[in-house]
Amino acid sequence: MLKFILRRILIMIPQLFLLSVLIFLLAKAMPGDALTGQLAANPKMDPQTLEEMREKLGLNDPVHIQYIRWVKNMLQGDLGLSYTHQQPVTDLLAGRVGNTVLLSAAILVLTYLIAIPLGVVSGRWTNTWADKLIVGYSYIGYATPLFIFALIMLFVFGFHLGWFPTGGSVDIQVEEGTLAYYLSKLNHLMLPALSGALINTVVTIQYLRSEIIDTKVKDFVKTARAKGVPERQIYWRHILRNSFLPIAAFLGYEITGLIGGSVFLESIYSYPGLGQLFLQSIMQRDYSVVTALVMISGVATLVGTLLSDIILSAVDPRIRIE
Amino acid sequence: MKIEVNRPAPVDIASEKSPSALSIMWRELVRDRLALVSLIILSVILLIVYGASIFLDQEEIVKVDFLAIHSPPSAEHWLGTDYGGRDVFGQLIIGARNSFTIGLAITLITGAIGLVVGLVAGYFGGWIDNVIMRIIDFILVLPFLMLVIVFVAIVPKYNVATFILIMSAFLWTGKARLIRAKTLAERELDYVSASKTLGTPDWKIILFQILPNLSSIIIVNLTLNLAGNIGIESGLTYLGFGLPESTPSLGTLVSYATNPDVLQNKWWVWLPASLLILVMMLCINFIGQALKRAADARQRLG
Repeated sequence: MLKFILRRILIMIPQLFLLSVLIFLLAKAMPGDALTGQLAANPKMDPQTLEEMREKLGLNDPVHIQYIRWVKNMLQGDLGLSYTHQQPVTDLLAGRVGNTVLLSAAILVLTYLIAIPLGVVSGRWTNTWADKLIVGYSYIGYATPLFIFALIMLFVFGFHLGWFPTGGSVDIQVEEGTLAYYLSKLNHLMLPALSGALINTVVTIQYLRSEIIDTKVKDFVKTARAKGVPERQIYWRHILRNSFLPIAAFLGYEITGLIGGSVFLESIYSYPGLGQLFLQSIMQRDYSVVTALVMISGVATLVGTLLSDIILSAVDPRIRIE
Repeated sequence: MKIEVNRPAPVDIASEKSPSALSIMWRELVRDRLALVSLIILSVILLIVYGASIFLDQEEIVKVDFLAIHSPPSAEHWLGTDYGGRDVFGQLIIGARNSFTIGLAITLITGAIGLVVGLVAGYFGGWIDNVIMRIIDFILVLPFLMLVIVFVAIVPKYNVATFILIMSAFLWTGKARLIRAKTLAERELDYVSASKTLGTPDWKIILFQILPNLSSIIIVNLTLNLAGNIGIESGLTYLGFGLPESTPSLGTLVSYATNPDVLQNKWWVWLPASLLILVMMLCINFIGQALKRAADARQRLG
């Protein structure tokens, strides 16, 4: 097991390196450099001074030296300066990351809350009307693009019925730290989280359903039944225990989807998180923020996949890579 | 299990030839009522869209008319007009045509790359396989959506062709991995070793023996991918990083809903396009699911 984990981490190192090179090259290819923003703020800057500043910031150095410096700064938590917001990118992200983490966590919790009962019902009582309904829902949910579903949810529940707020992450009037503040946050969270979860959950439902159908005809289940174990216990103790662990382990793989989803959800519900910041920054050509966000998402995806691989192999020794 | 499906059945005396994978798929598709209805709906939509777009002039439709801004549906404009006074119905037709054509183009390109790479990696194995799989593993862990948006934003002279290229650069990996896995399994079977012993060249074994046995899996995968690609394309266009403005897509119409006033009060601008994307994706998915069942002998309807 330890050997597997070490090997798996070793695979990640070149991936991390390639990711950073790719993003560094993209950052270089983006129009303008660290000085363009200052030039816009102060167009009368003398070309001589500009050249001196370039030299001082190391923008004239060979590419590999710039790359090493970039990585070094990143490791020390220095992600550069945002020119539209005139503050360090780290500070900018710190103010937003909470919302995105909250939204993603809410989506995940709702995803499992919906998937487990539906998946169990549909796997246990196959070919009943309940199962057919659930399978129908999972087919439709699988085919529906998130952004269209989120828009229709916003249209129906936000605008038409007026049950939920249509944008933002919290009311402006409420004071931070009060009960009303947290309730308002929750209220703003519900619609985006629900939209994300109702689409996200179908994969887990389908997985759980087919797992249960496969497991319930296996020999150990037959043995348990022959011993006279009550049906309820067969499901909870024997079948579901085997199916739940992989689902929990998929959490890490979900990160890619959550990052992509947050870009759509945050833009549709004008929810101030990292996804919205990413879109705004790329439209305002605030490339230091863009680079930082892509790098962070890339690392998050890599680490997520790593964790899932390790957990899954701990649960199921068959999938360990040699 | 799936491998056995495509093995030629023992020769029957009554019928000399066992049905081909394609004819089995067609039979299953027609027998599945939901899939058949989906196929009919999709064909009708595509006929209307491609038929009508011959008579519609894209230039004419994207021309701004300030006298008819946001007018509701009427006899002249069946689905009203958008913020530039442009006819929504015309845009819907052109948009659906562009979305479907581009989705199909991406599917075919990624399918071709995935097929070649997957067959080569799976058949030859060894270091070729190792190198290819490491590259695929790497591309699969990249934050796809964000990188596509960045590429779209920084590519000079951005147009439809570059969009297809950027998307294809990321999306071939899943197919290559699937086809490699199937080829790996196929390569171990007796008919391949028999051919090798007889001295058949590798390229002939790959093209004329392994490839036909993978055809049903490829068709299923491409069908399901087509739906996904239409979704990704319209989603990116919705965000403003898909097709350029001169080539409206269904996502362009949906993106007008970012304006809360349009979303709330002018349903005719964004709702038809949203529903059309939904219906097309549902139909393609139902067809794909039926094909998937057809490719698996245990799940066939008979």
